[in-house]
Amino acid sequence: MKTTMIRLYLLFSFFVLFAQWSPALSDLVISKVDRKIDLTSQVVRVTATLKVENPGNDPISEVLLPFGDHQAKDLAFLVATTSEGKGKTKTSSSSLPIKVVNPEGMPPSLTWYSVTLPKELAKGQSLNLEVRTAFTHALQPFPEKITQADIQLLVFQDSAYYLSPYAVNVQSLSVKLPEPKVESYTKLENTKFSGSEIKYGPYENLPPFSFSPIAVHFVSNKPFAVAQELVREIEISHWGNVQITEHYNLVNAGARSSGEFSRLEYQARPHLRGASSFRHLVAKLPARAHSIYYRDEIGNISTSNLWGDSSKTLLEIEPRYPMFGGWRTSFTIGYGLPLKDYLFRADGKRFLNISFGCPMDEVVVDNLIVKVILPEGSKDISVLVPFPVKESRETKFSHLDMIGRPVVVLEKTNAVPEHNQYFQVYYRFSNLSLLREPMMLISGFFFLFVACILYMHADLTISKSSPSYLAKLQWDEVQTALQQIQSIMNRCLGIHDKLEASLRDLSRTGDVQACKATRKSADNMLKELSKELKPLLSFLQSSTLAASLYSKVEDLVAKEKELQEKLIVKHTTVTDSYEKKSGGRDIENRIAPIQQRITALRQEVDDLLEIIDEI
Amino acid sequence: MEKATDLLSSSQSLFSLKSLKLKTKQQELLLRISILGLVYILAFITRLFSVLRYESMIHEFDPYFNYRTTLFLTQKGFYEFWNWFDSESWYPLGRIIGGTLYPGLMVTAAFIYWTLRFLRFAVHIREVCVLTAPFFASNTTLVAYFFGKELWDSGAGLVAAALIAICPGYISRSVAGSYDNEGVAIFALLLTFYLFVKAVKTGSLAWSLASAFGYFYMVSAWGGYIFIINLIPLYVLVLLVVGRYSMRLYVAYNCMYILGMLLAMQIRFVGFQHVQSGEHMAAMGVFFLMQVFYFLDWVKHLLNDQKLFQAFLRITLTCAISVGAIALGVGTASGYISPWTGRFYSLLDPTYAKDHIPIIASVSEHQPTAWSSFMFDFHILLILFPAGLYFCFKRLSDATIFIVMYGLTSMYFAGVMVRLILVATPAVCLISAIAVSATIKNLSQLVRTKTKPTQGGSGKGTTSAKASSKGALDHSLPYQRNGAIALLVGAFYLLTRYAIHCTWVTSEAYSSPSIVLAARGAHGNRVIFDDYREAYFWLRQNTPQDAKVMSWWDYGYQITAMGNRTVIVDNNTWNNTHIATVGRAMSSYEDEAYEIMRSLDVDYVLVVFGGVTGYSSDDINKFLWMVRIGGGVFPVIKEPDYLVNGEYRVDKGAAPKMLNCLMYKLSYYRFGELTTEYGQPPGYDRARGVEIGNKDIKLEYLEEAFTTSNWIVRIYKVKPPKNRW
Repeated sequence: MKTTMIRLYLLFSFFVLFAQWSPALSDLVISKVDRKIDLTSQVVRVTATLKVENPGNDPISEVLLPFGDHQAKDLAFLVATTSEGKGKTKTSSSSLPIKVVNPEGMPPSLTWYSVTLPKELAKGQSLNLEVRTAFTHALQPFPEKITQADIQLLVFQDSAYYLSPYAVNVQSLSVKLPEPKVESYTKLENTKFSGSEIKYGPYENLPPFSFSPIAVHFVSNKPFAVAQELVREIEISHWGNVQITEHYNLVNAGARSSGEFSRLEYQARPHLRGASSFRHLVAKLPARAHSIYYRDEIGNISTSNLWGDSSKTLLEIEPRYPMFGGWRTSFTIGYGLPLKDYLFRADGKRFLNISFGCPMDEVVVDNLIVKVILPEGSKDISVLVPFPVKESRETKFSHLDMIGRPVVVLEKTNAVPEHNQYFQVYYRFSNLSLLREPMMLISGFFFLFVACILYMHADLTISKSSPSYLAKLQWDEVQTALQQIQSIMNRCLGIHDKLEASLRDLSRTGDVQACKATRKSADNMLKELSKELKPLLSFLQSSTLAASLYSKVEDLVAKEKELQEKLIVKHTTVTDSYEKKSGGRDIENRIAPIQQRITALRQEVDDLLEIIDEI
Repeated sequence: MEKATDLLSSSQSLFSLKSLKLKTKQQELLLRISILGLVYILAFITRLFSVLRYESMIHEFDPYFNYRTTLFLTQKGFYEFWNWFDSESWYPLGRIIGGTLYPGLMVTAAFIYWTLRFLRFAVHIREVCVLTAPFFASNTTLVAYFFGKELWDSGAGLVAAALIAICPGYISRSVAGSYDNEGVAIFALLLTFYLFVKAVKTGSLAWSLASAFGYFYMVSAWGGYIFIINLIPLYVLVLLVVGRYSMRLYVAYNCMYILGMLLAMQIRFVGFQHVQSGEHMAAMGVFFLMQVFYFLDWVKHLLNDQKLFQAFLRITLTCAISVGAIALGVGTASGYISPWTGRFYSLLDPTYAKDHIPIIASVSEHQPTAWSSFMFDFHILLILFPAGLYFCFKRLSDATIFIVMYGLTSMYFAGVMVRLILVATPAVCLISAIAVSATIKNLSQLVRTKTKPTQGGSGKGTTSAKASSKGALDHSLPYQRNGAIALLVGAFYLLTRYAIHCTWVTSEAYSSPSIVLAARGAHGNRVIFDDYREAYFWLRQNTPQDAKVMSWWDYGYQITAMGNRTVIVDNNTWNNTHIATVGRAMSSYEDEAYEIMRSLDVDYVLVVFGGVTGYSSDDINKFLWMVRIGGGVFPVIKEPDYLVNGEYRVDKGAAPKMLNCLMYKLSYYRFGELTTEYGQPPGYDRARGVEIGNKDIKLEYLEEAFTTSNWIVRIYKVKPPKNRW
């Protein structure tokens, strides 16, 4: 109550002050003002339709709009448009430029905005202006503390007269309430209360800075969701995704809840015993939003619903508990959007075109921070926002970043749904930079494998003279010798196969000479191989480590020798028989015993090779 | 002629096949590595059920503390962490975190986190914590492979790796999100054992140094290191007794003990306990015994006379034993050597805790193990375990003696406490792997010897065991081959059942985070009860920053980690009196409790209540333990006051003290007006299936501050004292 009194006092003091500054600023006269104050939500929206006239001689290009300091502080949004025509046919043009000014000789407790008119107003001309404003925190809960069962009452204060440095001829005011229930309201002359609307006026011929305080005390159970801080991170990935992450720090800024919270009551009659609380919020996301999540510091929140159509996706989130007055919560929602819907190219630059504000219509944001995280290596960054914001830069390190991603930080206080407008971030980015991260990964793995290979080949033994190291070296030598023997054996077996193949050719073509030639060359090669084998065998014989192996190797060499001989015998037999033109059956009979032996030997040689292989 | 050509061509094709295929050795290596790789991946992904079913979150109670400390470590650095005095728990006493925890787990997770950060992977610490246990489970399979290879052969190693990868006994403590000490400790335990066995086998200083470091890691990670520091001396003692003393053993044990001890003393929580407390004395005794043994060996070598040596032996042994006994006696009497702790006693004597330390007995995982849980956690391993022991005894070596001892002792402890099944699991898996591997190898040799002449050399490497021509077929037994095939099929069937069972158990029993409860709704849909987090988040957001919350100690860690509020007692249970005070407050009348709560500066009281949902592990069911623990310190609280004819009940027939104690009032406040189940009177408690006895509960000193949507958590605000005038 105390604060209310102070506010009222302040308002009166303005009034007194303004009365002294009565000399008008310019000759402008406002011939008609219609003000509509909409109290149906926590954002107070005031629409004033002004008809300005220039009775003086000088053409006028500016209209001044003053706001008391208490209002200026809460002022979230201000836009002025010219409107032509009347009633339903009236059309509004685009918004007019507005700037903050400090006219001389005016009381310092007012904040002045100046609207630049589209064209100068000559003598006798008039113009219709529509000024739309939105205020946050302009509604005060009264009483400030209520219990679970109480309904929430709010107080709204303003002046019944339009605060203006110009004389106003005719004016009226209507206040729209959320419910047709009013605790009390200031009654002046010409006050009407009907339905859920209170009407003041019309009042005629009021001097500049006229003031008459009014207060409305009414019932409202609209949610008072205020995000004290909202951080929106918009991360661009040129692989085709815009990832949006929103961190909310939410409070129910309505009348504080005091006393018990009874779950039983709330469960049984949620609309009576919990009327002032809110349960869920709806976020309007773009239609193509995907991978949506909703969580907080301690994990996923399972109470959410999602539905949508071709024009939008609706995400209904429910905080972990019903939000009573004064209760807080914090959570994060995130979703992905297809890049091509939001990223465009213009004059060699790319630009992101995406909406600024919070996707929830019922939420007022005290401090909105939008961070646009551009890909690593973006240059020439510039931002275009349709309303004033505080801009700064940061860098953020994410996956596989070396120099960090440039981040554009935009800060806005007192953001309301009206700020949900598109803004643009321009930057340059070369497509080649896109390949940097995959290349980094590839080279990382490449070096890992190279390191492994190097490690496998490096000799990291500290003491090069220790017996175990020497034994290991020796063993390595034995193994290489064994491998060489193996390869020689395999080559021998290959030659054997060649011989067999030549016999097959013989049976098909009958070319005895070619067959003989093959035999001769094979014979020579085998001899050379056995020469190669000799030093290796003697090395194995001398080595102490190979003592146990030597018998097997020897066995192998002997078996192979026998196999060689048998094969040569078979070969000669077959070629001889061909020369003598013996019958097929005859040849078969002659080589049958040899063939048997050869198969057996071959088997044994193979087995031995395998055993040696396993060592 | 045609036939000859046929033969020739067949040999030709045989050759081409030969030249293409890898060498048997390379082939085997490739197979082994790929199997091991698959097992490694399998061990990881089978633990991800909980992440898929629920979310990437920390489970249960203790992991929340670990998570909170890891968070602190990554944010503030190691020195801050080491010197951290936590004023958010044990109000008003506080807790010196650095000196009262095993930092291994947190440091490991932080290290992984920093490494990933260094490699430019922007991961969240929570994800690292959630996946630490599965990652270490994967590493455990590798250790199991090497251990199995050391014990038996590489086949047994592979089987051991596969068995331990999915064994429910281990999975129960290492699913994703189960961020607890055991997650890394089992890896450290097995690694230490493996390295020690390797050290004993080789007698190399390097291996024994490695095992000392393994031991250090284990000490830093889990209090279960006591098991290592007692099992290894026991093993050494057994080797000494059975005459397997060798220089290798001497080197391995001495190096491991001395270095391991010095390293372990660097952990603040252990410190000088390692040389002073009774639990560690066995290791020291064996260390001195080793020296005596070595000395005797030397003397024997010098004397070279059997008779003289016998006499000398007698004298030395008597002296050594008496000196040891005197030292122990003096140490104990003077208080230098602290006696065994209650926890240690309760391990050796399963009935001890029940009579003396209710706070240990009150924890469900400290109960003696039921047979069903052995079956549940081990399945066929329970049958394979004795078979593996048989194989181990058949091929006794230093290594197999170790695994036998590890298996038998840990099985005993697993019988004493449910949670120690975890310690037994690696041993059971290894021993069973030996049984499986040896059996299959024998059987497949039987199958293969006969096929060899018919198939020639072409069909090699088809069965799991390697080709070998040694397995000779005993022709005196008929149907041997068929029998072997049947047994192989049987073994395959059993192993399949094991895999199915393990997967089922993992998905059904061990993958629930317990902080989020899931149930089936009436239409078969999944209903989630997220009440715990609802309450903790409410505390976090809507109570003053310095509010003190009183609850039973089970929820302490969760309240500090998720609610970010100061608690009176938590799961650390280091101060029995403090817990008893809370127990006393809960079991007193409201006005008496108010005095206690005022003295502890309590602002909020949190109780867990399952009467609406039928959630049975709530505070009313735990209440008798509160009474017992409270009564253990404050004799004003008497258990019989809360019972009627020795029966615990909450309905009309309940004891009057029960109906009016604080816990009852807070649980059932305004519950009498609620209809929970159709066809039952209001105030019907679904957890206990009765209508409550006191429906008209009035609170004088407390008021309901918050109750979650399913009434599982109820929070009350302690009202400030009334104005005196």
